[in-house]
Amino acid sequence: MPGEQGAARSFVAWVRTRGAALLIFVALFVVWEVAVRVTGIKEYLLPPPSTIWTEFWKRHDTVALGAWVTTQEILAGYALAVVVSVPLALAVAYSRFMEEAVYPVIVFLQIIPKIAIAPLFIIWFGFGFTPKLLLVFLLSFFPIVVSSIAGFKSADADIMDFARTTGASGWTLFRKIRLPQALPHIFTGLKVGAALAATAAVVAEFVASDRGLGYLLLQYNGQLDTPMVFATIVILSLIGLVVYYAVEVVERLAIPWHVSQQATAKDATL
Amino acid sequence: MTAPSVATAATRIVAATDASPPYVALTGVTKVYRRAGREETRALDRVDLTIREGEFLAIVGPSGCGKSTLLRLVAGLHLASTGEVRVDGRVVDRPQTNLGIVFQSPVLLDWRTALANVLVQVELRGLDPAAYRDRARRLLTQVGLADFGDRYPHELSGGMRKRVAIARALIHDAPLLLMDEPFGALDALTREQIRLDLEALWLATRKTVLFITHSIDEAVLLADRVVVMSPRPGRIERILDVGLPRPRGLDARRAPEFTRATEAITEIFLARGVLHGAARPIGQE
Repeated sequence: MPGEQGAARSFVAWVRTRGAALLIFVALFVVWEVAVRVTGIKEYLLPPPSTIWTEFWKRHDTVALGAWVTTQEILAGYALAVVVSVPLALAVAYSRFMEEAVYPVIVFLQIIPKIAIAPLFIIWFGFGFTPKLLLVFLLSFFPIVVSSIAGFKSADADIMDFARTTGASGWTLFRKIRLPQALPHIFTGLKVGAALAATAAVVAEFVASDRGLGYLLLQYNGQLDTPMVFATIVILSLIGLVVYYAVEVVERLAIPWHVSQQATAKDATL
Repeated sequence: MTAPSVATAATRIVAATDASPPYVALTGVTKVYRRAGREETRALDRVDLTIREGEFLAIVGPSGCGKSTLLRLVAGLHLASTGEVRVDGRVVDRPQTNLGIVFQSPVLLDWRTALANVLVQVELRGLDPAAYRDRARRLLTQVGLADFGDRYPHELSGGMRKRVAIARALIHDAPLLLMDEPFGALDALTREQIRLDLEALWLATRKTVLFITHSIDEAVLLADRVVVMSPRPGRIERILDVGLPRPRGLDARRAPEFTRATEAITEIFLARGVLHGAARPIGQE
């Protein structure tokens, strides 16, 4: 239900449900800080949160630069995956030939551990931006294409029978029924793909790189600069989180009916 | 135009009471489903049936008697294996559009409000939804959903969703209304209320209605004539004139016509083994 009152109520509900989790996070950091100081554990093994913060702040411009590089790889690879996989899913869902010829290939390729291909990309495309983009693309691509195909094929038989009694054209049916019906599935794939994109970028940078957060991570690790390793991981997680939530925001805007439907279903089961 | 020459018991009864012209006519209709690697199933066997213009006709029968198949043949969603289906004089050889249809599940679109779900009917037909907005609101009011036009399906109860589906089948004012076990999933009280509302709606519009149900009471309470079907293969056993005066309120169940019709139908089902008498112990075949 839209409306300001609804928005206010949902914010209160959000605080109520997330407040506890937030509190536990804060408590965790406090325990961590105190435990490290009390036990006198070595900083290169487990630095306290305060040290991580001060070390990060000293070198935040280096990290920011690396974060920017990695973010670019994530966004470009993910965008490419979306642009390729949704039309491909459409083709597979609506063309008998594409379904018989291409779909089995997609299913087979999906089984290959994509990360194992990363070294091959270095041989083919060198150390620059391209192999990172391709690995992000490859990891995000499969969940999006598979769930989009499922979405486009999910049309309810009775709904389609009803639609046939209206004499609607194929394009009208697609626009008014098949596409909206597919969107929840597509967004499920988009979210899984978004979560994998950050992983893919870091792995690609691990394999061969001279910039980006994955590269920095290996550098700090080699220098036993554990506080900076922690800081880099935190930044990486934040990037992944932002990308994921960006997709979720788009989902809320695109299919508010589905999101609130899920919320109702959840309320009903609680 | 459609008078079947085969003089089955069914057609003779129809002919005897027929006054207005037939709107739907099935002549010698058989429907066989063939699936690869399986025995073919004969869903309907040589069915002759006419529905007069403005008539409320109910088909009652157990599951598997082909009553839903019959409805789909009239809608042109399936085509007859042999025989002929005509609607308004024209042979049905493709999905028909000059009708409204209600299925057992309401099949609403989750992303549309109740009002928009009613209007999707006209949108899919390429008509201007703005021109039908007032009519859609009136229909929602008539089915008791005046205040629920902006609700989404998941915010409505099962009975309300069904009412939206009925409004959607009426919005474009088609002369024929097909209802395939529309009240199947509803609780008894909701069923009773929606039955009364449907009759009021029908009395106001006088559309030709084909109503499929497995409830004997429902068929008798709603219809002008009740077609009794038996399964395997789906066949018309008898066609009964109900003869209950309208409107049939809650006390229609106490009328002698109601008792007579329901007993007659029950007897047919007993004779056909669709129902077993109480004396027969459970488990004895």
